[in-house]
Amino acid sequence: MQACSTIRARTWLGARITAILAAALIGIAAQPAPKQAPAIRERYLSPIEMTFSSDGRLLYVVCEGSDEVRVVDVQSGKVENSIPVGHVPRGIAISPDGRQLYITNAWSDSVSVIDTTSLKVVETLPAGFEPAGVVADRSGTALYVANRLSGDVSVIDLRTGQEIKRLLAGRGVSYLAISPDGKQVYCTHIYPNPGAHRTPPNSEITVIDAARQIVVERKPLHNVAGVFHVALSADGRLGVVAQLRPKNLIPLAHVEHGWVFGDSLTLFGEDVGEPVQIPLDELDRYYALPWGVAIAPDKSKIFLTTAGAESVTVIDVSRLLKTVRTRRSPAGRSARATPFVNDLSASADYVVARIPVGHNPRGVVLSPDGKRLYVANRLDDDIAVIDTTSAQVVSTMGLGGPKTADALRRGERLFYTADFAFQGGFGCSNCHLDATIDGLQWDLEPDGFGKDIVDNRSLEDLAGTEPFKWNGGNPDMPTECGPRTEKFFYRSQSFTPQELTDLVTFVYSLPYRPNRYRLANGQLTAAQERGKAIFERTKTKNGMAIPEDSQCSYCHSGPKYTNQRQIDVGTGKLTDRSPVIDVPQLPNVAYSAPYLHDGSARSLEEIWTVFNPKDTHGVTNDLTKDELNDLIEYLKTL
Amino acid sequence: MKRRLSARTTKEAGLTRTVEERRLSAAFGAQKRWASAPAGPEGPLFHSTASTCAVDTAIAQFLRICLAATLVTLAASLAAAQDLPRFRWENFTTASGLPDNHVFCVLVDGNRIWAGTENGLGLYENGAWRIFRPADGLAHQAVLSLALDKRTGDIWAGTMGGLSRISAGRIDTFTQLNSGLSNDVVYGVGVQGDFIWTATAAGASRLNIRTGQWDLFNNRNTPMYEIWTYSVSPAEDKVYYAVWGGGVLEYDVKTEHWKDYNDPDGETELVLMKDQGLIHEITTSVSYVDKILWVATYFGASRYDGRYWHNFLQKDSGLPSDFLNQVKGVDANRAWFSTDKGLAYYDGTNWAVYRPALGTHKPEMLVRDASGKVKSVAVQTAPAHNYILGVDFQGDDLWVATAKGLSHGIRQKDAGRTARVLNPNVVDVKQVTDKK
Repeated sequence: MQACSTIRARTWLGARITAILAAALIGIAAQPAPKQAPAIRERYLSPIEMTFSSDGRLLYVVCEGSDEVRVVDVQSGKVENSIPVGHVPRGIAISPDGRQLYITNAWSDSVSVIDTTSLKVVETLPAGFEPAGVVADRSGTALYVANRLSGDVSVIDLRTGQEIKRLLAGRGVSYLAISPDGKQVYCTHIYPNPGAHRTPPNSEITVIDAARQIVVERKPLHNVAGVFHVALSADGRLGVVAQLRPKNLIPLAHVEHGWVFGDSLTLFGEDVGEPVQIPLDELDRYYALPWGVAIAPDKSKIFLTTAGAESVTVIDVSRLLKTVRTRRSPAGRSARATPFVNDLSASADYVVARIPVGHNPRGVVLSPDGKRLYVANRLDDDIAVIDTTSAQVVSTMGLGGPKTADALRRGERLFYTADFAFQGGFGCSNCHLDATIDGLQWDLEPDGFGKDIVDNRSLEDLAGTEPFKWNGGNPDMPTECGPRTEKFFYRSQSFTPQELTDLVTFVYSLPYRPNRYRLANGQLTAAQERGKAIFERTKTKNGMAIPEDSQCSYCHSGPKYTNQRQIDVGTGKLTDRSPVIDVPQLPNVAYSAPYLHDGSARSLEEIWTVFNPKDTHGVTNDLTKDELNDLIEYLKTL
Repeated sequence: MKRRLSARTTKEAGLTRTVEERRLSAAFGAQKRWASAPAGPEGPLFHSTASTCAVDTAIAQFLRICLAATLVTLAASLAAAQDLPRFRWENFTTASGLPDNHVFCVLVDGNRIWAGTENGLGLYENGAWRIFRPADGLAHQAVLSLALDKRTGDIWAGTMGGLSRISAGRIDTFTQLNSGLSNDVVYGVGVQGDFIWTATAAGASRLNIRTGQWDLFNNRNTPMYEIWTYSVSPAEDKVYYAVWGGGVLEYDVKTEHWKDYNDPDGETELVLMKDQGLIHEITTSVSYVDKILWVATYFGASRYDGRYWHNFLQKDSGLPSDFLNQVKGVDANRAWFSTDKGLAYYDGTNWAVYRPALGTHKPEMLVRDASGKVKSVAVQTAPAHNYILGVDFQGDDLWVATAKGLSHGIRQKDAGRTARVLNPNVVDVKQVTDKK
């Protein structure tokens, strides 16, 4: 009897202890990870682009994160020098005589000229809004600078240091290459050219005649949005651009078989005739964000960094050209008429290697003899050195950045990788290119095909703008980036709580970019002041009171110009499940066309000239055209 | 040569005259006004016997000099009239690929000819036409005005439905709904550095192509009282607008101030005060070149040098009509006038008119000298129609927009003198020869 009672007591105690332990474990598991990690601000280098010195001895590396150029001795692999430049440098070019480097400073809107002997900045040249790619002409008298936010190319006379003209390029123009004979400059751009709502995206390769310094051709890139590096072979007969083919017009219902993004190249030049697009992905694996391009001096191989796939793709050119010839119709029609670019089995014919490298590989350069490939691992602060014969990483050159990755860096790596998506299809930065936008509208969630079309929005300065999602359905960033991402985007593994915390920390850290529309002293012009008065008005022009919830500054209030509420302003479409919209924040709204929750307003003007017939989105129908222009001039300063 | 001759004779005549007055006198045969000795109500001014003889001699001498000057000037004018440019005309219609026969405007860009028509924008290059219409992205099929940005090679087209920029085949369109453009009816467009100026049916607009900022100018911030702007002519220092029913507006680039010029006769068709101001309020075109403003109206033309006006009417000039659609200045003294009754050319002294004859429709070229004498020059070809809407220059050649097609005037070169007449940049061979 006593034995039975003892057993029962022990059993009961065990059960109690188990229950307590289980409860404790459940309690621990239920504890949310901290929403943000303490942002330990290491100054990471973030190498992004490189070029060799004329003698091939030195590698000049643009470090976007630390506002400098690091000079690396290629032989020893050691950093010899570091040269401070402007804010957020992005592009680099060397003069034909090798005596000067040109560094574009994306947030200073300038070009730093470095003397390669003294390794000092000797001059600062003007550029447009957010300069990126840069090339010098063969005579060394003209510099071409791609201005991402102004969508044009500055032509700078190096003899006077003055900008002599701007040439219209594609929206978000960012990358340039000059032909080997120096006669033409090729430009590519990261956002699609403006087009009608919900139509296939279109981009271009802008071709500039270097002698006349005018645009002479725009090679169309159909169904392409997001074009990155461009490179020409040494003989000038083959041009290659890295690009994305988004499938944004169909619901994001399938992520396999290339139904979200197609990573691809466009080939152009005499070797291929009419430009042709070719796929890079495989049937069950994607190589997200093809970015940097280098072509072997003997044109035997093409090397691509795939920034979301932490790898370098190697293409055999002769096999590629053979495939192109074979796959084209006998009539020689362009690939536009053929499904070749969507055939995920095709890459097996010409891709010969996929070389794992570091996080977010961007710029890539070949040694002058073509034996070594140098890859900027932007989020590792080092350079991977690849033997082009063996297609192996043979060494890694550290640039001297912090040894450990803090929360921000870890989060940034998560942002830029495609590892979490099914078969590596895409990552956050596929749509938020360099943490901005992609200029597209998407049908994201399986809530009914064609429902709730949403425009992509920039991620800068988001703290204090909760909730998220176009209808405010996500109360905070961990919800926005967490399980929702797994369920509706990646269709694969989710982030761990720590990873989610790191990612959120990074996204919240994205700063407000320089606004180019205010005066240098931060004040407003007369037109902007008038526009501000209109934005803040409480009465119509004939003196009638404007209801509070129809006043611009009621919804768009606070430091981020959002009252963080949801409201129906009459902009809902028949395809929306609900017309109630989360009030969007307005900082740098000038950079993020198109507008409205579904991107149906192609410009700020159209928000009111087309989509506000009943004064439900602010009272604007009593304004003259002048006054509307003033209002828009003010909005551009936010 | 002609102008230097005039100056010398007037100096010998001992008269003190402003440069402008001498030039105008020589140009319009006004030497008769000063060829007669001034006489007061009592007759000649001097009466003593001895002095009378001396005066008689002086007067006789004066009259001989004046007569000589008149004859020399007349001869020079007649000679100059012989040297007015002659063309062989080739006409383009829809049969030859032109998008529409009603051509509103023409623009020359090297070897490329752009024609703005009622049904599309045509580009003539390498002997073939290429047509752009709304399906290609053009704002509207009716293209009213064209301008070239020489720095970039971009073409700006003002249409009935907005403003389009054509850049290496890509067309971007600005409308009053999607941009800060004041109105979709863009009658005129001009390029000034980084600014694109437009003349629209609701005032003037200016686009800064670097920043994307639009500025509007209308009755609220300029002297214009009519906002129907019809034409714009921008230069580095000034921008001029033809305001239909509102005269001319001038924008000073340096001071950013506007100023208006109006018909001193008011809004009447009378010319009570000739040469005292703009000839008429209904202005259709302005052309500012070499610091001279040329103005076309529906009731004559005007020339303004910043101080003096000179007006041209059909009745006292070589204009075939007072109804002008366009004026295009060559330089300070020469201009082309597009009228409803032919294309007129003025070289500072003489006039030439090119058209199908009004009655017979046969090719016709008329020349009018400084004395007003008109004669016909035998020609085999003529522009497509007498209703002229605009011109542009291609070296010595001319391209003409008409109501019934586009005309290419191929310059028939005679002596070197006339090579200079059209294009101020072409060297006057005869002058060079003379200097040698």
